[in-house]
Amino acid sequence: MTETTTGSRIAATFARLRAAGETGIIPYLTVGYPERDTILQVVPALVEAGAAMVELGIPFSDPLADGATIQRSSQVALANGVTVAFCLETARELRHKGVDVPLIAMGYFNPLLSYGLERFAAACAEAGIDGIIVPDLPPQESGELREALQRHGRDLIFMLAPTSTDAHMAEVARRASGFIYCVSLTGVTGARSSLSHRLPDFIARVRRHTDLPLAIGFGISRPEHVAAAGELAEGVVVGSALIERLGATPRERQPSELAAFIRLLRGV
Amino acid sequence: MTSTSTERPHAAALPDERGRFGQFGGTYAPVTLLPAIEELRVAYEAARRDPSFQAELEHLLATYVGRPTPLYFAAALTREVGGARIYLKREDLAHTGAHKINNALGQGLLAKRMGKPRVIAETGAGQHGVATATVCAMLGLECVVYMGELDIARQSLNVFRMKLLGAEVRPVGTGSRTLKDAMNEAIRDWVTNVETTYYLIGSVAGMHPYPMMVRDFQAVIGRETRRQILAQAGRLPDAVVACVGGGSNAMGIFHAFVDDPEVELHGAEAAGLGIETGKHAATLSAGRVGVLHGSRSYVLQDDDGQIIEAHSIAAGLDYPGVGPEHSYLKDTGRATYHPVTDAEALEGFKLLCRTEGIIPALESAHAVALGARLAAERPSDAVVVINLSGRGDKDMHTVAEALGVEL
Repeated sequence: MTETTTGSRIAATFARLRAAGETGIIPYLTVGYPERDTILQVVPALVEAGAAMVELGIPFSDPLADGATIQRSSQVALANGVTVAFCLETARELRHKGVDVPLIAMGYFNPLLSYGLERFAAACAEAGIDGIIVPDLPPQESGELREALQRHGRDLIFMLAPTSTDAHMAEVARRASGFIYCVSLTGVTGARSSLSHRLPDFIARVRRHTDLPLAIGFGISRPEHVAAAGELAEGVVVGSALIERLGATPRERQPSELAAFIRLLRGV
Repeated sequence: MTSTSTERPHAAALPDERGRFGQFGGTYAPVTLLPAIEELRVAYEAARRDPSFQAELEHLLATYVGRPTPLYFAAALTREVGGARIYLKREDLAHTGAHKINNALGQGLLAKRMGKPRVIAETGAGQHGVATATVCAMLGLECVVYMGELDIARQSLNVFRMKLLGAEVRPVGTGSRTLKDAMNEAIRDWVTNVETTYYLIGSVAGMHPYPMMVRDFQAVIGRETRRQILAQAGRLPDAVVACVGGGSNAMGIFHAFVDDPEVELHGAEAAGLGIETGKHAATLSAGRVGVLHGSRSYVLQDDDGQIIEAHSIAAGLDYPGVGPEHSYLKDTGRATYHPVTDAEALEGFKLLCRTEGIIPALESAHAVALGARLAAERPSDAVVVINLSGRGDKDMHTVAEALGVEL
């Protein structure tokens, strides 16, 4: 392992949340949606409003784990000319702007493979990206990327779902670092009216396999979801609900509108 | 024997337990699906070894599908081409008019055995959708077929057939609105309804075990062909030719010959308007190794790893990926893949209509065009087998339009 501050940036954030008894809000935004530089305008405001970390979505032409909202935002971003290199550049600029919360890149495997896994891992380290989530890369296929990320001190964040078996949970727990992303429901991303009633049992099963912090995502769109999920996990990811608001808000009001939504979700 | 047969594992030994054909294949799937994929793998292994499952499949292949399909010596086509003796494997005579039924029946029986009441499928030309709807009607299973809006427009006859057979056809309006996007949407449905739903993939693509399982169900084509050509010609063919989109009919006929080094294997890829125009579906000829729909294989993609929209006059070949075993056969040199343009396929289409009174599917017309080219280069005592994977009734509108005829 190289010398790094990464593990510590994610770990320190969860430690701070734990000490404060708070649930970390993790906004997901597709890089380049609705405009190429939207993230640079919006993310500082989200952090100001108390976002614990930020997920930067790398758009892909065929996002098969995503619902209509993120499919659409990905298409718009690609039409805006967003590439893997541009996403890395965006992270770099956020760091220059003084954003100091953990940045997590989320993207499908093919663009990363095409960019080069070693080159990508090195670029993440250089750009200040702390962790990577790849929704179509299960642990048994993750070896090459995991090793590259380890060499550069980045965390590969694994996902678990309500359908996951105990054997799969144990395997993920063995390989995971940073935190584990728990998919709240059996389905694709997208805002839902209520959380699954099976969520508490699912999270309890995950806890039996790991001491890592857990973040719950998919379908989370309302303060009551955040409150309920916060009882179970250290963090909650909010994606589609945020992107829908972003798409419906004029550019100049996007930072304040989204910051207000983060405060609403936090209940402050 | 050449050295290739000793260096390469026997065809039946692949994929390995991780679903790999060399570097290709694997299981690149969202986490929610992993248990269902494992359940499928275990259920398929059990069914494969279960004599009663195999007996039921064989019985229905004989009495419902109409197997074995004939191997036909195309005397007039042979005369016209003036080279090797050309034989046609007549998958166009199978029930529903294409080879797709072989796999749909096998997987339909597996879905029933697994107790899954709901079947979903993706379709391009509509042949796999029709085959799936047919099998679901016969087995009493609910059937939902995802189909790109562009394909719905150019294959309206097959859409009507699916509906008559009791299937719900769901239009897919995202991306290129063709097979690739239908497959994305089917996977999203599967992720959402995984506990009740069986995903019946129509090609040798997707995550393990699909490429292996679909190949196994289609391998009946090659087993029959091998037996039939030995009986009719007294020898193995010099070359076996098939069209390749995802590649299921090609894997089906190739599989029985992979371990016969004297038999050349040739795949016809859709070169559309020409590879140089960028409007094509020649994944093995012009793609790069990547990951699409759950497996590592050649993929049509841009410099940033985004999937490129494919183009072919044949909806069933209009796919920017290809089955991982074809990628393996290409890289090991065991099979050769050739681009065949829309225009060449149309010539093959007309040639077969005129000489043999057989109207091929536009997909199969790519194999006819390549097979005729390869036969012309060979002496008259050589033998070339072309897999005629489907019949052309569904393509009348497309062909008429291409030939400038108003119906």
